[in-house]
This record gives sequence, C-alpha cells and structure tokens, in this order.
Amino acid sequence: MTTSPHLLAPPARRVRRHLLSSADLDRAQVRAILDTAAEMHGVQQREVKKLPTLRGRTVVNLFFEDSTRTRSSFEIAGKWLSADVINISGKGSSTSKGESLRDTVLTVAAMGVDALVIRHHASGAAHQVSQWVDAHVVNAGDGTHEHPTQALLDAYTMERRLGDLQDRHVVIVGDLTHSRVVRSNLITLRTLGARVTLVAPPTLMPSGIGAWAAADGFELSHDFDAVLPTADAVMMLRVQRERMSGGFFPTPREYTVGYGLTRPRLDALMSANADAVICHPGPMNRGLEISPDAADAASSLVLDQVSAGVAVRMSVLYHLLAGNDEGEDS
Amino acid sequence: MASLLITGADLLGRGPADLLVEDGVVTEVGTVRSAKGADVLDADGLVALPGLVDLHTHLREPGREDAETIATGAAAAAVGGFTAVLAMANTNPVTDTAEAAERILDLGRATGLVDVVPVGAVTKGLAGEELAELGLMHRSRARTTVFSDDGRCVSDARVMRRALEYVRAFGGVVSQHAQDPHLAGPQACAHEGELSGRLGLPGWPGIAEESVVARDVMLARHTGSRVHVAHVSTAGTVEVVRWAKAQGIAVTAEVTPHHLVLTTDLLAGYDPVFKVNPPLRPQEDVDALRAALADGTIDAVATDHAPHARHDKEHAFVDAAFGMLGLETALSVVSDVMVGSGLLDWAGVARVMSQAPARIAGLASHGGSLEVGDAAHLTLVDPAAEVTVDRGASLSLSRNNPWHGRRLRGAVHATVFGGRVTAQKGALA
Repeated sequence: MTTSPHLLAPPARRVRRHLLSSADLDRAQVRAILDTAAEMHGVQQREVKKLPTLRGRTVVNLFFEDSTRTRSSFEIAGKWLSADVINISGKGSSTSKGESLRDTVLTVAAMGVDALVIRHHASGAAHQVSQWVDAHVVNAGDGTHEHPTQALLDAYTMERRLGDLQDRHVVIVGDLTHSRVVRSNLITLRTLGARVTLVAPPTLMPSGIGAWAAADGFELSHDFDAVLPTADAVMMLRVQRERMSGGFFPTPREYTVGYGLTRPRLDALMSANADAVICHPGPMNRGLEISPDAADAASSLVLDQVSAGVAVRMSVLYHLLAGNDEGEDS
Repeated sequence: MASLLITGADLLGRGPADLLVEDGVVTEVGTVRSAKGADVLDADGLVALPGLVDLHTHLREPGREDAETIATGAAAAAVGGFTAVLAMANTNPVTDTAEAAERILDLGRATGLVDVVPVGAVTKGLAGEELAELGLMHRSRARTTVFSDDGRCVSDARVMRRALEYVRAFGGVVSQHAQDPHLAGPQACAHEGELSGRLGLPGWPGIAEESVVARDVMLARHTGSRVHVAHVSTAGTVEVVRWAKAQGIAVTAEVTPHHLVLTTDLLAGYDPVFKVNPPLRPQEDVDALRAALADGTIDAVATDHAPHARHDKEHAFVDAAFGMLGLETALSVVSDVMVGSGLLDWAGVARVMSQAPARIAGLASHGGSLEVGDAAHLTLVDPAAEVTVDRGASLSLSRNNPWHGRRLRGAVHATVFGGRVTAQKGALA
C-alpha cells in the first residue's frame, strides 16, 4: 500500500471536536484543512487510493434527508481513509409521535461510533446532536442553515484556479433564503479574505440581511449585470422547483432574465475577466439559473467541485479524528 | 367552619393590616383583636394580593395527560399564587361542547386548589370554519365566557366577525391568537430578523400578529363586541391596541412573563425550550411590552403555561413543540422585572395579575381588593425573597422551563383559595 508518512501523523493542530458551522474554523484551521485536502487530492490520482489513517474507526453517515451526492462523497472519503463507514437513513421525525431526534441519535451512537456525519432537514440539528453524543459530529447540511464541507470544497476548488482568495470578488446568485450553501460560503470566504456580493431578488434574500451584511462585511445587489464585470468567481445556486409556485418570483422565465447565468452574461463575464470561474453546488437546473453554455464552459468548475468534495471531506475527517487520544494507528 | 387570621400583611401595598377570613369570605380588615379558634398566619413583611388569575393556561387534559393533568396543573398554579386559571381549549378532544367544558370544570373542582375555568373553542375542532356551540357552553354549568382557538388564529375575517357578534349576546369575549397563517405558517418558529436569517430558521414576523390585531380591533368596532388579544409580542401590536383603546374600542390585551424578559437571541443555541408561539422577540419589543403593561395599554399578564413531554421537545428545533412552562414562575418574573424596575407597584401587580384578568373573564368572585365581603382568594408575596428557579422542583409534570437557573427577586409565600391555604413556599399545603 502506498502511503505518505505525513498523512499518518496526527495533525499538528487539532481542529475542533466537531464541525458544525463554518464559523468553527479560523483562517489557520481552514488553511490546514485545505492544505491537507490538496495532499489527499494527490492520493486520489494514484492507482491505489486507500490510506490506513482511520483504520479501526467507525464513521456513520446519518442522513435524515436524501442526498446521494453528499452521502457518497463522505462515504468514499471515509473508505479511502480505511474507516468503517455505515450509512443510515433516518426518517424525518414528526412533532408528537414516534422517536425523538435525541433517541434516534443516541441509539446510533450507542453502537460505538467515532464520527457522526449528519444531514437533516432542520436547521440546527447537527448542533443539537453534538450536545447529546460523545462522537465527533460533522454537519453535512442542516436545513437552511449551513453546509460547512461544501464551503470548504468550494474554496478549495476556487483556490486551485484563482490562487489565494484574498480580495478576490466572489458573486453568489440565487435563492439565498433557503440556501445552507450560501451561509457557509459567506463565512468561509470572508475568513479567507475574499470580497463577497450576494445577488437575488429581495424575496429570496434572508430576513435581516442588511444588518447582517453590515456586520459581517459583505455586499448585496439586486442587479446581477452591475456586479458581473468585477467578479473573479460566480457561484450560481439552485432554485428549487417548489419555490417557483411559492410566489417568490413571478415565473421561471422572469427569473432567468433577471438572475440566470445566461449566454450573454457568460460572454460579459469572460470579456471582463478571462480568468473568471463559474461554480454551482449542484444539482443544476440547466436553463433556469445556469445556461448549458455556462455549465459546460471551460471556466466552469462544477465537476472539479465534486472531485474536490472527496478530498476535502477526507481532510475534515482526518483533522477531526486522527488526532484523537484514543487509539491512533500511526 | 374554619377561620384564618392573616396578621400584618401589606394589603396591595396600601400598608399593613390584619385580615380575618371566615367561611371563605373576608370578614374583617384592619386591626383584628380577637379571632377565636382561627388559624393564624403571620404575614409580617409580606404583601397580600387578591388571588392571581391566569387568562391563559394549557393543562393538556384531556389528551396529553403525560405532559400535564388538570390536577398537576392546578397544583403548579396554586404554588404559583393563582386561585383561578383559564384552561385553553386545544385539548384532545377540543373543548368545543358544553359537555367537554363541564368535565373540565368538574375535574378542576375536584382538585380543590384553584378554580379551573374552561375556555371554549371559537370554532369546531379549532378548524377555523364553523362556530362551536358557543351559547350552549355559556349556558352550561361552566358558564363559559372566554372563547379562543388558541394555538391557531381565527384567521378568516368572516368567521371572526360572526364569533364576535354572536358572543355579544351573553357578554362573551373572543381571545385571539393573532397569527396570519399566510405571513407566519406552521413552520414559522423564530422572530423574523437578522438572527433567524443567520440561523436558517423560518421567520415569524411581527406583522403576522399586528395585521390580525389591526383587523380584529376594527371588527370589534364594527360589531360593537369585545375582543381580547392573547400573548401580545410586538411593539407594533402595542401601538395598534393603544390606538384602539383611544378610539373607545372594547379591546383588552395580555402579555406573557416570557415576552417581558426573554429575547430572541436565546435561540442561537437551537434549544427548543426557548421555542414558543409567538416567538421571543428583540429587546425593543420587550421594552415596549413592559411600558405598555405599566401604562395599562396591556391589561393583564397571562402565563401561556404550555407543558410538553420531554420527547416532544427533543426534536430538531423546527420539529419540536411550541411552548414553555409559566405558572410557577410568573409572579417572581413580574416582581423582578416590573416591581424591581419601578414600572409597577404592588397595586399594579394586583391589577395586571388578578383584577384585570378576572374582569376580562367575568369571574365575579376573583380579582377583588381584599375588602370585607370579598371571596377569600389571596396570594401572599415575599417581595424580598430571592429565588433560583429549579426546573426539577416543579409540580408540573413537564420540565420545559426557560427560567431554569435564573435568580429572581420576589416569590409567592402562600396562596389562599376560598379561605384555605393551598400552597406555601413552593409546596402544596
């Protein structure tokens, strides 16, 4: 088996016990995770991908909400680190009947789990779970709150093409209200020193965003075309079908005209900055928020994001688990 | 019949006096020289208030006796200084018939601790569509006077109009849980603002309350009926109520102890014990509510005591049940925040926690002034007592107590119901 001795050593500086919010990570910790991810990414290119780092450890993917993409990414990440990975899909809990979230989680934790990767339809679920169990908890998306590993992999992917993100302008466009991706990205991008502008119609901006933007130092716009020329990266967020009938905007057509990364906007972006990149956390609504031309452009990082997802999640599991007191493999 | 002599109590802050109670009635006030065979309760240093009346409790029986029963809720009420509580209708089955109301009345009487007064549903099954048998509930032994779909808003303007008109015939009042379901749907669980945006919690904007209250006071004006606003939570609602009162509209309003103190930033840790409907609001709203309670715009303090089994709170925040305990802590909270700050004196506390709620609910034997001839329902308060709230010490069956660990100044020393001491120093007598 091919291994790098460096990767077998516990990390020099432990990240926190859990990864619940992107705010749990300061700049040095983000840097450490992204640097390790780069090494993991190198391993991914080899013929034999498996590292023995987490041998004997158990990682449970506890998904209360379907997500093939994120679950598979964590599963592969755990397996390539030689952890035993178990996938459990929980059903959404009802308010009055059935098992409470606490009971569900304690039952899983009682089996002897080192890390619990949790995806839940409710904001704050990972935070609550971390107070009930001894295992390390990784938030793999909680409601419309956060998705910290997505923000890390987005930062990783953008850095690979743009270099240091300090003072780089990242424009995030779409359904901000219901996006956990944007909440985590805001934090991680600001931590890395990037300039961030959020673009959406007022109906898709979270409540109190004006005060939030003033406090955390990011910008807001309802005019995509006005901010496009200064963008180094444009991140398009998925607009969920169910929002379209919810009166958040009149029609899909009108949304595309106002806020879609259309062919003319792609041209405007590339002519203003030939090095600009395009991201989308997926799954994409081609023709709605992103045109096929933009999705498949050379500047599109969509598949790089998926590939980086495994490396970044390997890095996160490594930083959370490999420095643990109990039973190191090295 | 037993008699009780209470000596040296400061009556509603008017000054110390003795108070003799015989056969459940106050028979002498002043310096009582002889009271043969009477039990004596030394109340030196204590304030005597007319027994507290709670316009808004959830006792969970029938339906969720694992969370609270009428007996345990009555015990918590007695310990909290209450002598009458209005039991909301959102039980299972709903209190929407005379029979259901009488059963609650009887179960309450059996406790001998407080008057448990059933609130009737406005609409059948709280569905918001057809009027419940409002008149039959009023004609029943329960004499139901307050009607509410609490937990849900009577959102249909036509239904609200008809309910207001109908209960006018017998002096009834509709207590409205003001929440426009289109502006704050069933998932809405956090004050809509910067924090709910950051936390990704579905927002419950103040306008969802204010717009319904604005409509309802106009309906009350149009129908000439009485409307009561349950658990006012925003400064905007206070403005509407203040305006309506200035117009002479028959509107009354209540505020909960928790909305007088606790703020929305407590939600940052996603602890469902702080999940309540309407949600905790920012400090500006809290300040406006305190001022409105002090100046009489808000008439009453009502607990919205809402016990929940532990497993109904141990869900993710949006999935957890709404509500928090309140009966045992209400007086201490009001004492600490309103009396401690000088916003209310003890006569003011008597007004907002006993006299006004009794008047609103039409409870003739409650909410007096501790004068000769009044029913002997009274609460003795130790204004100097410092209490640290311990959720484990509660007589409620539930433990969803947002005050746990807080220090509060002022505590109920004893409760007298119908001339009998029902509770003393946090325990049943």
